[in-house]
Amino acid sequence: MASNMFVVPQTRGTVLCCKCGISMAPNPANMCVTCLRSEVDITEGLRKHVTIMHCPECDSYLQPPRTWIKAQLESKELLTFCVKRLETDLKKVRLVNAEFIWTEPHSKRLKVKLKVQKEVLNGAILEQSYVVEYVQQDHMCESCTRIQANPDQWVASVQIRQRVTHRRTFFYLEQLILKHDAAVHAIKIKQMDQGIDLFFANRSHAVKFVEFLGKVAPTRSRHDKQLVSHDSKSNNYNYKYTFSVEISPICREDLICLPPKVAASLGNLGPLVICTKVTNNITLLDPLTLRQCFLDTEQYWRHSFKSLLGSRQLVEYDIFNIEVVSPEYNLGGSKYVIADAEVARVSDYGKLFYIRTHLGHLLKPGDRALGYDLYGANSNNIELDKYKGLVLPEAILIKKSYEEKRQKKRGKPRPWKLKSLEMEVDEFRGRGNEQKVESDYEEFLRDLEENPELRFNLSLYRNREYQLSEMVSVSDGDDAPSVPLEELLADLELSEQEDGEDGMRE
Amino acid sequence: MATRFQFENSCEVGVFSKLTNAYCLVAIGGSENFYSAFESELADVIPVVKTSIAGTRIIGRLCAGNKNGLLVPHNTTDQELQHLRNSLPDQVVVQRIEEKLSALGNCIACNDHVALTHTDLDKETEEIIADVLGVEVFRQTIAGNILVGSYCALSNRGGLVHPHTSIEDLDELSTLLQVPLVAGTINRGSEVIAAGMTVNDWTAFCGSDTTATELSVIESVFKLREAQPTAIVEEMRKSLIDSYV
Repeated sequence: MASNMFVVPQTRGTVLCCKCGISMAPNPANMCVTCLRSEVDITEGLRKHVTIMHCPECDSYLQPPRTWIKAQLESKELLTFCVKRLETDLKKVRLVNAEFIWTEPHSKRLKVKLKVQKEVLNGAILEQSYVVEYVQQDHMCESCTRIQANPDQWVASVQIRQRVTHRRTFFYLEQLILKHDAAVHAIKIKQMDQGIDLFFANRSHAVKFVEFLGKVAPTRSRHDKQLVSHDSKSNNYNYKYTFSVEISPICREDLICLPPKVAASLGNLGPLVICTKVTNNITLLDPLTLRQCFLDTEQYWRHSFKSLLGSRQLVEYDIFNIEVVSPEYNLGGSKYVIADAEVARVSDYGKLFYIRTHLGHLLKPGDRALGYDLYGANSNNIELDKYKGLVLPEAILIKKSYEEKRQKKRGKPRPWKLKSLEMEVDEFRGRGNEQKVESDYEEFLRDLEENPELRFNLSLYRNREYQLSEMVSVSDGDDAPSVPLEELLADLELSEQEDGEDGMRE
Repeated sequence: MATRFQFENSCEVGVFSKLTNAYCLVAIGGSENFYSAFESELADVIPVVKTSIAGTRIIGRLCAGNKNGLLVPHNTTDQELQHLRNSLPDQVVVQRIEEKLSALGNCIACNDHVALTHTDLDKETEEIIADVLGVEVFRQTIAGNILVGSYCALSNRGGLVHPHTSIEDLDELSTLLQVPLVAGTINRGSEVIAAGMTVNDWTAFCGSDTTATELSVIESVFKLREAQPTAIVEEMRKSLIDSYV
C-alpha cells in the first residue's frame, strides 16, 4: 500500500545567502560557500610551517626521536612521512587528499597541498585545501656521522679462517652469503690470506653471522672482547668484540686417512675415505666398500684430522678398460657402481694400474678421469703410519674429466654468471697469487657446472653477453656438462646491482 | 521598517517578546533597554506590557495571540493572568488553555485571519483557538517540522518560513494563508524564524545578527517599507471609540 501512496514531488526552493544575498540552495549554514569560507577558516590552528631534518649523505629524513627514513623527493614515502609529521593537527580535521607542489630541490623547501574537511555551524561540512611548507634542515644522521668520523670504526668483527691452500670454500661461501643476504649489515669485508674478515657495527649482527656460518659449514668459534672506553659515572663500557671462526680443513673430493679412533667409532670405516659433501656435516664415502658416513661438526672437532691429499694433487688418468663388479647402489641420492678398471696416468703411459673404483656408472673405456696417485705420492702422514700392514691402493679415482670437451669451449663465455661480494683485498696477498686464484675460480665454476646439488643453494644469473647461436652449433650427445637455462635467474639491471651493493654496506 | 536589537546579549528576540497589531508583550529583563526599544517604536500606538508567564521570561514561545485574543498555557499563574487582563485592551480576550503541549507559541502560528497549528493539538484546543482568536485553523507542517509556531513568522501581509521549505509546500501554505510567503533565514542563517524575530503589520523586530540581506527580505515580504502605523491603528481606534461612551 505504501508504494501506491501519492507522494508530492518536493523541489527545493532557493533562498538568499544571508550575507551576500545571492540565490542559493539552502544548506545547514544557510550561507553560500564563499561567505562560509570567508567566515570560518577550518585551517585555523593548523601548522603551516614545519621543520624537518634531512641527512645529505644518505638522503634520509628524521622521524623523531631516532628513526631515519630514506625517501626520494616527491615519492610516496616522503608524502607519508610529511603527513605523519602533522598527525596531531590532522586529528582535528579529516584529511581527504594530499599531494606535492613542485619546489626547486635546492630551495630546501617542500610544499604539500592538503585538502581537509570539517564540520562547522550546525552540521555543514566544509572542505578546504591549504598548503603546508616544510623547511628542510641539513643534519647528518648518526650512522653517517660515525662513518665520517672514522670510516674504519667497527664494533664487532668476524674472522673466518680455513687452513688449506685453495680458496674454493670461500668462493662457495661467498655465493651462499649472497643468496641468504647474511652480510647485509657488514660495514666492511676484507679478504685475508687464508680467509675473510667481516666488520659489523653491532655485536648482535656479528653473532647472527657466526650462527649462519655454523649452519652452512663445520666450524669452531671463539670470541673475545677488548675494552675501548669506559664511562665511570654511568658505568657504560664500550667494547670491540672479535669472533674467530675456523672452518674445518676437510673439503669436497679430499682423500682422507681416518685416525684409528675415528675409524673405529664409525664402525671400522676403511681408513681411506673420500669426502663427498661438506655442509655442517661432513659426508665420508669409502670408495672400495661404498659405505657412507656422516660426521657432524662436534664429532669432527672432537678428533680433528687433516686430509691426506687435496684437489690440487689430482692427476689425470686414461681409462683403458672397465668391468662392472657390483650392481648400482643409491647412496643418499647419488648412484655409485663398483668397477674394476685398467688405468694409466696421462703423463706416464708406461705404467698400467689395475684398481677398483666407485665410478663405474660414469666411466667408459677411452674416458679420462681425475684421481689421486697414491702409487707415486710420498705421504708423510702420522695417521697412515699408525696403520701397520695397510695396503694402499695404487690410485683412487675421484671424478670424470671433461678436459677435452672444455678445450673446445675455452675462451667462450659461459651462459651464466655469478654475483660477487665487495671485498677489500689485502695488499700483500696480491703478489704472485693471481694465477692460483684465477685457476681456483675456474675450477670452482667447473665444479658448479658438473654438480647440480652444489648449485642447489646458490643463485645463478643469466649472462647477457653470451650469444645463444654459438651454443646450437656445438651439440654432440657427449657434451661437457653445463647449467640448464631453466636454473638461471634473470639478471638484474646494472643500476639495480649497484643499489644492491649499497644495501650490503651499512 | 525593521529594527535590530538584542535581549540581554541574545539575538533571539522572538523568544522574549510577543508582538501583535493590538498590543505587545515584553519579558522582564535585567536592563530596561529591551523595553525601551519597543516603547520607542510603539508607545503611542499600542500598549507595551511587561510580563512573565509561568514565572518564566520566554513569553514569546509560551503564548499565542492576535488582535482578538491571547492564549496562555495552563501553568500561567493567576496573578499573571490578572495582570494581563488588566493591562491589555478590553477587546483582547485572555484565555488560559488546558493543553498538554504548553508551549503555545511554538505550536501555533497565527495572524488576524488564519492560524497554523501543531498536528497533535487537541480538538478542544483547536475549537478554543477558532473561538477566541477568531481565525480559521489549519493543521500543517513546515518543511517537515511539526512546530509550526517556531519555523514561521506570520503577519496579515506576508510570512517568512523555514529555508528548507520546498516550492510545493510554499504554494500550499500560501493558498491556505492567503498571504505571500518566502523561505528565508534570520540572525545570520538561523532556521528558527519565529525565535529570531517578531512582526506585526507595520513593524518588525529582529535579532542583531540579522544580515542586511535577511533584513531586506523581511522588509519586502512583510511589506514594511510603505507601512505607516497610523493608517492601521486608525481603523482599530474607530472601533475602540465605538464602545466608548
